[in-house]
Amino acid sequence: MTPVRISIAAAIGSLLLLLIVLELIRGRRLKERYALLWLATGLVLLVLSLWRGGLNTIAGWLGVSGYPPAILFAAAIMFVIAVLLHYSTVLSKLTDDNVLLAQEVALLRARLDAVEGAVSAVRAAERPAD
Amino acid sequence: MTRIVAVVPAFDEEGAIGAVVEEIRAFDPAIDVVVVDDGSTDRTAATAGAAGAAVVRLPFNLGIGAAVQTGFRYALEHGYDVAVRLDGDGQHDPSELPKLLEPLMRDEADVVTGSRFRDDGSDYRPPLARRLGISWFARLVSLLSGQRVTDTTSGFQALNGRGIALFASDYPSDYPEVEATVLLLKHRLRLVEVPVRMREREHGSSSITFLRSLYYAVKVTLALLVAMGRRYAVPSEGAER
Repeated sequence: MTPVRISIAAAIGSLLLLLIVLELIRGRRLKERYALLWLATGLVLLVLSLWRGGLNTIAGWLGVSGYPPAILFAAAIMFVIAVLLHYSTVLSKLTDDNVLLAQEVALLRARLDAVEGAVSAVRAAERPAD
Repeated sequence: MTRIVAVVPAFDEEGAIGAVVEEIRAFDPAIDVVVVDDGSTDRTAATAGAAGAAVVRLPFNLGIGAAVQTGFRYALEHGYDVAVRLDGDGQHDPSELPKLLEPLMRDEADVVTGSRFRDDGSDYRPPLARRLGISWFARLVSLLSGQRVTDTTSGFQALNGRGIALFASDYPSDYPEVEATVLLLKHRLRLVEVPVRMREREHGSSSITFLRSLYYAVKVTLALLVAMGRRYAVPSEGAER
């Protein structure tokens, strides 16, 4: 059976994580689409730390005999991996978008230079007497 | 009249870029030159502009693939019929351009690559590591595409409208030529290789050093296998513009 103190500590930790994530969303410092995985992480860890019987049962299924809290660590690590993987896809998309933007800016600037050059040439031709 | 643009990617090439631009313009004044300055820290853009090129300055360094793609997007936006790509270090000789343009003009190819190995009497002898890499990719690409390709790392290329449209919308990033070859063959574009001579670099050093060769080989091989596994829409006839 999981020691009670571990359950309490894990529950407090999960609650803190949930509160921090919710506060970040409330203050608009974290977009909801990036917060969903963190909320799921906090909720699952909270359930696993409070539902002590369930943790034991799951540990039994997975053949973890001596130390059920190992399931808590495993779940936490799995969620962290999921969050990181999600960030990698976000980062890849941001990189692609960034390249597109840079190309677009460069092409527009080249166009602007050409237009400005043409405009000043026309202006110079319009008042030759000055 | 076929409108041709020469796309020249350049990163910190102020020593060579002026001569490259002037040489292309001297060879054929009807060819417009656009230099894509890939976030250079020296006077590459100013030198290229003074030599008579249109200059597209990327706000920061994007790497060779995205720089080349910028040039193809420029060609697409300005409605050019043909784009030729020459490197900014002067290794590609504009007097070889007619060989690259001929298959396009006869409509026998969508993309023409200048190959250093097509000609069996070629005296081009790269260092061993690079020779191994080049022959590995030539074999791999030939196997994957079912067409004999001898030089997958050459950046000396000519493209018609279909080629420009494809590469403007999708072009690989880091060492793009190998993957781009597979990409265009998967899109059923016609690739023709013609034998060309390339010059030794006059300034600076090649971006592929010995230490990076292995990293390059592994990375590009992986990218190739991923590229083969992707699904591509085959562009239909006449849909390129």
